[in-house]
Parts: sequence; structure tokens; C-alpha cells
Amino acid sequence: MSDQRPAPRVGLFVTCLVDVFRPTVGFAAVKLLEDAGCTVEVPSAQTCCGQPAFNSGDRKTAADLARNTIAAFEGFDYVVVPSGSCGGQIKHHYKELLADDPAWAARAHHLSARTYELVSFLADVLGVTNVEARYDGTVTYHDSCSGLRELGIKEQPRRLLNSVDGLTINELPGAEVCCGFGGTFCVKYPDISNHMVEAKIADITKTGADTLLAGDMGCLLNMAGKLKREGSPIRVRHVAEVLAGVTDEAPPIGDKT
Amino acid sequence: MHPTTHAFPENARKALSDERLQKVLSTAGTGFVEKRRKAAERLPEFEALRDQGRDLKNHVLANLDTYLEAFEAKVTEQGGHVHWCRTDQEARDAILGICRKANARTVTKGKSMIAEEIGINDYLEANGLIPIETDLGEYIIQLRHEPPSHIIAPAIHLSKEDVAETFRDAHTELPRDRLLDEPKVLIAEARQVLRRKFQEAEVGITGANLMIAETGSTIIVTNEGNGDLTQILPRIHVVIATIDKVVPTLEDATLVLRLLARSATGQEASAYTTVSTGPKRPGDVDGPEEFHVVLLDNGRSALLGTEFQDVLRCIRCGACMNHCPVYGSVGGHAYGWVYPGPIGSVMQPALLGVKEAGHLPNASTFCGRCEAVCPMRIPLPKMMRHWREKEFEQGLQPATMRRGLGVWGWFARRPALYHAATRMAVKALGALGRGKGRFARLPLAEGWTRHRDMPAPEGKTFQQQWAERKGKR
Amino acid sequence: MADTSSARAQILGGIRKALGSADGADEARRRLATHPRNLVPARAQIPHADQVELFATMATEVAATVERLPSLDEVPRAVAEYLAGLNLPAEIRVAPDPKLDAVPWDQRPTLTVTRGRARDPDAISVTGAFAAVAETGTLMLISGPEHPTTLNFMPDTHIVVLKRGEVVGTYEDAWDRLRAAMPGAMPRTVNLITGPSRTGDIEQRIELGAHGPRRLHILLIEDDAG
Ligand code: SF4
Repeated sequence: MSDQRPAPRVGLFVTCLVDVFRPTVGFAAVKLLEDAGCTVEVPSAQTCCGQPAFNSGDRKTAADLARNTIAAFEGFDYVVVPSGSCGGQIKHHYKELLADDPAWAARAHHLSARTYELVSFLADVLGVTNVEARYDGTVTYHDSCSGLRELGIKEQPRRLLNSVDGLTINELPGAEVCCGFGGTFCVKYPDISNHMVEAKIADITKTGADTLLAGDMGCLLNMAGKLKREGSPIRVRHVAEVLAGVTDEAPPIGDKT
Repeated sequence: MHPTTHAFPENARKALSDERLQKVLSTAGTGFVEKRRKAAERLPEFEALRDQGRDLKNHVLANLDTYLEAFEAKVTEQGGHVHWCRTDQEARDAILGICRKANARTVTKGKSMIAEEIGINDYLEANGLIPIETDLGEYIIQLRHEPPSHIIAPAIHLSKEDVAETFRDAHTELPRDRLLDEPKVLIAEARQVLRRKFQEAEVGITGANLMIAETGSTIIVTNEGNGDLTQILPRIHVVIATIDKVVPTLEDATLVLRLLARSATGQEASAYTTVSTGPKRPGDVDGPEEFHVVLLDNGRSALLGTEFQDVLRCIRCGACMNHCPVYGSVGGHAYGWVYPGPIGSVMQPALLGVKEAGHLPNASTFCGRCEAVCPMRIPLPKMMRHWREKEFEQGLQPATMRRGLGVWGWFARRPALYHAATRMAVKALGALGRGKGRFARLPLAEGWTRHRDMPAPEGKTFQQQWAERKGKR
Repeated sequence: MADTSSARAQILGGIRKALGSADGADEARRRLATHPRNLVPARAQIPHADQVELFATMATEVAATVERLPSLDEVPRAVAEYLAGLNLPAEIRVAPDPKLDAVPWDQRPTLTVTRGRARDPDAISVTGAFAAVAETGTLMLISGPEHPTTLNFMPDTHIVVLKRGEVVGTYEDAWDRLRAAMPGAMPRTVNLITGPSRTGDIEQRIELGAHGPRRLHILLIEDDAG
């Protein structure tokens, strides 16, 4: 970038699920951010945002991991997360977790103010209105709960998807209803979780879309796992893969190479 | 009512395989959601009213003693009686005492969650009285000896055929050939039977959606009018309410009422909002001769000043359960006691203990839809999380889960080891799963793979690839 | 009866302990004395003529029927025709309300008129109203010797004679009227009635006439004099 303003320095919080299951999303995020004029770094001291511990009632572990993340991401202009769920954890819950520890609480607030979910960061902070990408297909979009309700992500992905060549969006009825993932919920209450994801994929199938997109790996693994178990041909991808135009670099989630 | 909350997973499984229930749940859910959405959209001030509702109840809770005393003074001034009760047993005894003193035999009842909470029907019955529910839904489930499955639509789990069958069994004088195929006919049948009961009863018991400190009044909100017949036909009107239901003034009650019907049923206002103050006045030709308020604590004051205080803002509108995907999957009975849905997942551990009700706050995806619609902006997921914390502190979670989280937490605190471990795991899994792109079975992940496949990792972690790439750059 | 005074002391004591200091009490007492208004929706804060229209619209929306009459003189004819149109018996139970004394019932000899509280077989009641709230199409009826509450609930058909001047915009306006009419006291019962009785308890299908009236007919009297 040779603009007058220095390129924003972005720290990418990869998230456990992207790190382990879907590095493609991480690289898609890097590409989108770099295309929008950011320099991107990936601190190696990051692990997990701590949400599994936080939601299991283990505040101590959650607080330790919050401190780890805070320390790992100090000094960046922004911290960007390709997940509304982990993004919400860092943005909203660290403050609450560390409220009794004044020094760390201040650092948590500081981090909170700089942390964004990827797509809303592109749209709301960087003002990106269109992306250079092509996807020949009809997609439907599921609004993951944390992104939607904790971070207000609703229009941003749709706006950017509309700028992808060849892509049509069929809206998903009940897009705001939980898919049944819920972190440990899906293994603690597998039958209820299954009932929820069954209803979700029935809705997805009814849209007639050939591709399902969402912004959170947990939900995507859940919905892809169910679609594939049922033998559905619907392809599943993280929204960042489509926006970055990298869909030819990896097969859809749960499909073979 | 004996709680079966500890058996939530089994209850839920049963509910999930109950086809009839599933059919009812799938149609019921969307109705309330749409109606609430339309009602909220129609009132531009709705969100601002929610903020004020929250602030009002916070103010009330911060001054609860003052408002309760003011309420009591006003009730007494107008010839009514207030019976303070610490526990459910005290409340049952207070009500039985009133009935005994009146030589009552038949007691009609309006809909009241508190009456369910204290199990008043069984108690009165055991003591030789005949309690009769008069809300249509409550009446139906009373005949079936079932608990309510929804706080505002107690018989939501039943079809009209179920109701017809119930009436045929219970109304013995009903001619065999009488057609009971439509809700209209069923309602007329119940109306006729219950009309007689209203006239027989010596005591009528209602709940209270609100108590007004300014005037010493109680308010009930209904659509059928049964709560009104319950309080004007018998000689004695007993109101059972918990201490958190008090609001300062008529204006404050109005604020809550503007939120209540819209959140509950999507109505602009329920058909009947009734403000009752004291017994009938000199010159009145109808109305009760005695007015009693059984004012119950039953664990509410113990929540004040704790991380659970906000739940006392609840106005029992039912919106949280109407919007809850877990409630929508398993229905109300699976929750095993009086309060189902998200509000139940917060209240039941408070009233029954975490040991009995610990499953409920865990059985949530924290999708946040309940909080998004709660008129009182109660942070329900946050409170469920607080119950999980209590469970964790007391070591009540399953050992496998605690161990698993412990190991994971140990690694996650140590970035270098964590990345090495994930690298290894991903390499192994990636190699195994590459052929199909997913696993149909995976050791240690049975909870996942029972119902769905597990997509395979790509083979290398992001961190590993990023480091390699940076090395090349 | 159980002695509840120790329960009282313990509950209030517990609350005070949990709340810590009680320095908000003055503010609470002030609120009780001054009953400030909260946010009042703009919908019904409109000129009176529009409030009357809004009331009629909202009431109709919840399945009440509204018939406009130039004066009380027209009430007997309107009642008789309304009942005849529905094939209902011409026997009405009328509230002993002095406001209804001016209705010339004898103009319609076919109507059998008795007055007093409702008895079980009474199928049709006629009452006045204390006020009507335009915001939601709600009638405000208050109990008293002139308005027995049973008339609002027992008959199958409830006919309400409402004068134009009794329509107010908001609930807050109605409370102010009530306070002015009965300073420092409340009637035994205030019924806020929005449409006829209904239930959705069987398969969420709304049916009218669950326990209370299945018909609510409002005669809106345009002439306010007398
Ligand atoms: S918690 Fe909120 S949404 Fe649920 S019943 Fe109470 S007030 Fe209604």
C-alpha cells in the first residue's frame, strides 16, 4: 500500500476450529484483509479464546486463556476473528471475566474495543463494499447466533456476497434460529442437538440452494456433518472462502478432495 | 408436583420420539413468534418500553421492602388481608386455613403459576376440598392429571382429539352421540360445566400478574374471563402471588402491561385486564365479601443481591420459551417441573437446587434468542452460565467432561505445546479422513457421530502452514 | 390460621439485609405519591376526534362491534334491531346506572327490560362505561352499585353504551380520570375489556366466548349532552 495513511496492522485470531479443521478459512481471511489494505500477522502465542471453559462454568481457566489472548494481541490496531462466536467472547466476555482484576480489566477493555469479526470488520470498519470474486452457484446463508445477537452481523455478509460475480442468494427461512451446535451442547445433549440440526437442514434444503454459507466453523461443521450424513449434495463453506474467491483451493467442508 | 428435572435427558428423548407431541410443537412454535414480531413492530416505542420496564423492575427490587409494606398497608386499609408466607408449605396452610374458616367445599381457580409451584390443588384435595381449574387449558390438564407444558398455554401439547377424549372420560353426563370435533364445541362444553362450578364455589383463587403498591390492588390478565368469574362469584377471593410481582403505581403497571400481552401472545392488550382492590363495597350487589392476598417469598428474597437478582424482573410472558429452540424441540414437560424453557432453566435451579435441576442450564446452546425477546431484558444465557459455574464449583459435572476440559485447558494455557499437540492430532485425523472428507464414526466423539458425520481436517493446522509460509517469504 | 407476623418480619428483614442500606426509600415514597408517567406511546396522543376514531378501529380489530348513534334516544331501537338481527331473545338485563335512566326503553315494548346484577340465565346485558382507551380499543368499566361486575362476564352478549366524551387517548388519561372521580380510593373492580372473551387453548385457534361474553357490542353515542 502506498496510500498516505499507514496500512492498519491486524492481528488475526485464527480460532481453534479454523486452525484444526479448516486452515483455508484462515488464509481466506488473510487474503481479504490484505486486499483491503491491511498488514496481517498471526501471533503464535494464541491458542483458544477460552469459550469452552467459560461456558462450562470454569471461570478460572477461561480467565487464564483470556489473559493469554490479551497478551498475545497487544499492540495491534485491530484484532480480527473469522468467527462471531469467538469474536463475541473476546469482545464482550473478557471484560466480564476479568472485571475483578483492575489491571487486566483495563487491558480487556482495550482489546475489546479493537476486536471485530471478519466480515463486519471488512464492511463496517474498512468500508469494503465489493469483493473481487466469482462463485457460480445459488447460496443460502445461516446467521450464526453469537455473530447475529452479540455482534449485530446480519446485513454485512449479504451485502458483500451480493458483489460476488455469478452468485445468487436464496434467503433461508428461520435463518436466525440456532442450528443446534452450541459448543459442548451438541455432545452433551446429542438428541436435542440432532433435532435442531435436522430442522435446520430441512429448511436449507427447501431453499433450493446448492451451497450453504455461514460465518462460524462450529455451526458449519454441525450442518455439514448432518447434510453429509443424510447424503445431501449441498456444498458447505465458510463465507470468507467465497468472498476471498478461494473455493477452488479446497473442497467444501466434509466433501472429499 | 414431584419434580423429574434430574431426568431431563430421558424426558427429552421421550419427547423427541413422541410423534404426536412433535407435530403439535412444530405448528405451535411459529405462531407465537410471528404474532409477537408483528405486535412489536407495530408499536414504535416497544424497544424503549423494554428499557423502561427493565429499569422499573430494577428500581422496584432495590426498594422491595418499601413497596411491599406500602402494598400491605393499602390492602389492609381497604378491608383486605395480607398473609406473608416464607415457604410453599406456609402458603398452602394459609390458603387451607382460609378455606376451612369459610367452610368451603368447592374452590375455583384462575390460572396461576405460583399455585402450580406450591402444588395447591393436591393439597386442597388431600384435605377434602374440591379445587377446580377454570382456565380452559388448565381445566383440561387437570382432568388429565398432567402438569402444564407452557406458562401461558398450558395445554399446548394436546390436540383437539385429545381434549375430546378427555371430556368424554370426565363429563359422564355427556351424551355418547354428541359430536366433539371442533374447538368451538369443546369450548362450549367446558363453559357449561364450569359455569355451574363457579356458582357452587365458596372460594375463588387467582394469581396476580402485578400488585400495585399505590392502591393495594392486584391485577390479573386473561383472555377467557374465567379469572373474573372466579373472583366475583364465590364469597371469598384469594390472590396468591410472590413478592417480586409488586410495582409502585398504576402508571408503572401500565408500562408492564404494554409489554406483557405483546410479548406473550402478540395481542395489543389481552381481552381482560382486571384490577381488584379489597372486598366488595357497601352498596355493591356482587363481588367477594373477603379479599385475601397470600404473599409468598419461596426463595425469591434469597436471590436479591446475588448474580441471579435480574431473574426477579420476569413477568412470566412466555416469550423466552416461545423463541427457544430447545423448548421447541422437547416441549414443556421434559423440564420436569413448573417452569419450562429458558426462564425455567434459570428458576428451577434456584427453587429446586442445582443437584435436581442442573441439567436445565446446561441444555442450552446460548443462542441468545430468549434474551433478545425478553421484555424485561433478563440476561437468561448469562444466568444459565452462572448456574454452570455453581455446578463446576461444587464438582457436580460429569467426570469425563471435567477431565476432558482439564486436559484441554492445560494445553491451551501453553501455546507451544498446544500447537504441537494440535499439529499431531490434525495430521493423524487428516490422513485418516482424507479419502472421504469426513468420518462416520470417530472414537471419543460418539455424541457427535451418532447423528452426523465429522468433517475431516485438511491435514495441517493453520499455524503450521502459516509458519511454513512465513519461512518461505 | 397461621401466624404470619414472624414470616413478615423475616421476609422483610431478609430483603433489607440483601439490599444493604435502604436509602432509596424516600424516592420510592415519592414515586408512590406522585405516580409519574413512564413513556406513553404517541399513537393515542392525538386530537379527541381522532381518539374516538382510533378507539373504534382498535375495538373492531379485536372483534368487538361498534355502532354509532346520534343520541341515547336511539338506544332502544338499536338494541332491539341488533338482537333481532342475531336471532337473540329481546330480554335484556340493564345496569342500574343513572346514566342509562335517560334511555326511553318503553319506546320498544318488545324489549323486556329488567335491571340489576346478572343472574345465570341472563343472556344479554346492557351497561355504561367509565371510560374507553383509544390506544388499544379498551373499555374501562368500574364496579359499584350502578355497575355490577357480573354484567360484564356472565351474559353471552354484552352491550355497552359509551358516550363520546368517555373516550380518552391513553391508559394514563383513564387513570387520571379515575383518580379525579374517586380521590384516594379505588373501586372494588376495574375491568379493562378489549374485545369479547376468547381462548386459544385448543390448538392455538382463537375462539370467542370462552367464559365471558362471545359478543361485545359498543353503542357509541355521538351526542354528549345529558
Ligand atoms: S424471562 Fe423474560 S421472556 Fe421469559 S417469561 Fe420472563 S419476562 Fe417473559
